[in-house]
Amino acid sequence: MIPEIGSFALVLALLVALVQGTLPLIGAQRGVPAWIALARPASSMLFLLIAVAFGCLTASFINNDFSVVYVAQHSNSRLPLEYRISGVWGGHEGSLLLWVLMLSLWSLAVAAFSRSLPDDMVARVQGVLGLVAAGFILFILLTSSPFERLLPGAEDGRDLNPLLQDPGLIFHPPMLYMGYVGFSVAFAFAIAALLSGRLDAAWARWSRPWTTAAWIFLTLGIGLGSIWAYYELGWGGWWFWDPVENASFLPWLVGTALIHSLAVTEKRGSFKNWTVLLAIGAFSLSLLGTFLVRSGVLSSVHAFASDPKRGIFILLFLAVVVGSSLTLFAWRAPKVSLGGAFALVSRETLLLINNVLLLSAAGAVLLGTLYPLVIDALNLGKLSVGPPYFNAVFTPLMVPLLFLMAVGPVARWKQASLAEIARPLRWAFGIAVAAGISIPFFYGGWSGSVALGMGLAIWIVGASVLQIITRARSSLPPRAFWGMHLAHMGVAVTVVGIVMVTQYESERDVRMAPGDTVKTGEYQIRFLGVEGISGPNYNAARGNLELLKDGQLVMSLHPEKRKYLSSAMPMTEAFIDPGLTRDVYVSLGDPLEGGDGAWSVRVYYKPFVSWIWGGAVLMALGGLLAASDRRYRLKSTAARADKLAAQGAAS
Amino acid sequence: MKPRQKRLAIILGGLAALGIAAALILNAFQSNLVFFFTPTQVANGEAPKERAFRIGGLVKEGSLQRSDIVARFIVTDTAKEIPVAYEGILPDLFSEGKGVVAQGVLGADGKFTATEVLAKHDENYMPPEAQAAVDKAHEATRTLKQ
Repeated sequence: MIPEIGSFALVLALLVALVQGTLPLIGAQRGVPAWIALARPASSMLFLLIAVAFGCLTASFINNDFSVVYVAQHSNSRLPLEYRISGVWGGHEGSLLLWVLMLSLWSLAVAAFSRSLPDDMVARVQGVLGLVAAGFILFILLTSSPFERLLPGAEDGRDLNPLLQDPGLIFHPPMLYMGYVGFSVAFAFAIAALLSGRLDAAWARWSRPWTTAAWIFLTLGIGLGSIWAYYELGWGGWWFWDPVENASFLPWLVGTALIHSLAVTEKRGSFKNWTVLLAIGAFSLSLLGTFLVRSGVLSSVHAFASDPKRGIFILLFLAVVVGSSLTLFAWRAPKVSLGGAFALVSRETLLLINNVLLLSAAGAVLLGTLYPLVIDALNLGKLSVGPPYFNAVFTPLMVPLLFLMAVGPVARWKQASLAEIARPLRWAFGIAVAAGISIPFFYGGWSGSVALGMGLAIWIVGASVLQIITRARSSLPPRAFWGMHLAHMGVAVTVVGIVMVTQYESERDVRMAPGDTVKTGEYQIRFLGVEGISGPNYNAARGNLELLKDGQLVMSLHPEKRKYLSSAMPMTEAFIDPGLTRDVYVSLGDPLEGGDGAWSVRVYYKPFVSWIWGGAVLMALGGLLAASDRRYRLKSTAARADKLAAQGAAS
Repeated sequence: MKPRQKRLAIILGGLAALGIAAALILNAFQSNLVFFFTPTQVANGEAPKERAFRIGGLVKEGSLQRSDIVARFIVTDTAKEIPVAYEGILPDLFSEGKGVVAQGVLGADGKFTATEVLAKHDENYMPPEAQAAVDKAHEATRTLKQ
């Protein structure tokens, strides 16, 4: 019964989404107040219905209802409760439902926090969101309903893929989807502005907090995914340039460009068309990401078996979204006024360079990701583009970006002079050069890339600290100011992590018999042996190893090699001793022939690896500060007062 | 500078930067393409000798030897076989009779030294490349029989 309720709620949701996607839009165009007023209640209704559908699926998982195909495929009676809940989005159908749930949540949030916006603007934004929701609900209903029945019901489920039985899975996909889907709000604002012809600073100010909010979730989602890959996939990498990772990174790069371009549009009224294009681009790349992950066209760590027919639907949907929004853009853009002029040396120019660099990086990543797919689709052979390509292209683009990141906030809008920019930064520059050159000597030997990376990181932090001190002396700066500098320093922290771990890590796969010792970093690791243990739904071989420093025991290490009972699928659980300046990482390979109880063991030493994710957290916090700036709320209070006054005058 | 000259300078500068970026990207792209070959193609000598490439197929039953940290196994598309050596720990879902994709270089002795063995994360999932290799081999034998 419960799955049928869910299915029914989803059909109703489709109808509501179609209403939300048509009437308010038409109403706003023709000026029909009753139709405009439909936007807000429709979005509440849409959220409610999708939440019911999602709740029904969750209930089927919790109750172990194996007569539902999707539950039978992704759960098992022995699965612990928390994974039965997160199993809801452990497969294709459920994760699409999560996608739509997030979309309706964003739509609801726009309805709730947009009291100050003109009603026709809200109607248009909700209308666009409604159309996107309708497309995805239709997709679920036509090709991938999670509520299909299995008759007769299965005795027991096939179990959730062991890789996904991890706290990382509970949070990574929802965060990532919140980010992906969040760009639909920026997209909807852009389309609404194009439709109404009001492409102005007010539009940019409305879009900014929403874009930043989506970006925060995407940043955290990518960071969580990276951590999850690091400890769960068992080979200690934190980024693989895997197509699916790229698919989440592309909207991040374009979204970051969008945040900066929106700043120019709001403050100076320039870059309007460009900002609209970026908003369309960020959302289209989110859709492309969904297509890449969900269509099964990829050979990647995320490629789970799936049905290629589904890909065609998403591809068509993507074509419709991109095609119609670009057509609208081409029709409306010539009417958009140009913003304020600016000099060659100005903050506008620096932000323009920021955008060019970020988009070049996105273009390069897109090329490397899609090229193999295109070649394969044209039947011209099979090939792949390796990580060396991405590293070779990405690094040279990031170096000027990082350098200018410290310069941008110092430069004035409209017209700046080089001397004015250089004066306050000269100390930061000196310190960065000195520190960059000397740090590698203290840490394991000279290396040019470490010197460059550390120098740039210190340059960014130094410039931010100097500006904060100067600014805070006169008055308390607004949150947006703190947010920007915190996010920039977060980037610096991530850069430190990347540079240090890339240059100074040690990765060794070794054969270890009981009693053997290997050296890693300043530690020794001794292998004592392996014992059998059993967990709630698996049996495991558990390694006993000791981490020693100068012959003294620091801690015991217990990596595991699990075999899950329901699927007999093996699974490596790495054991990590995390630290601020280094991680020690061990995982078990396989028992080796020779009769001496030897195993192959991975012994990794990863300096500063946790900084990579620490930086992502700082970036997200910076985004949170920036998005919650009083400015966005003050304006809304003022606008509300205006509106009340206008109503008073009218009556 | 007059505004018009300035605009021209910005446009020219932008174009030059884009040109350099495109040149760098395409250069890196060319030298980092990794092509895929089936065991049959490798046996026919179609694979490059010095450059790294990928092979895919099934791990032959009973071929896996693992006494040392170097694992040795045979990749087959059911028509031809290629011996592979890999130093390191194999992914969890590596097993005999299942599909595999490996990246590395082919030695003069016809042995393939892998630097990477790709992990798959679903036991029912067959790497598309490996599936294609086996299908191709089947197709070839069918045409031969006719």
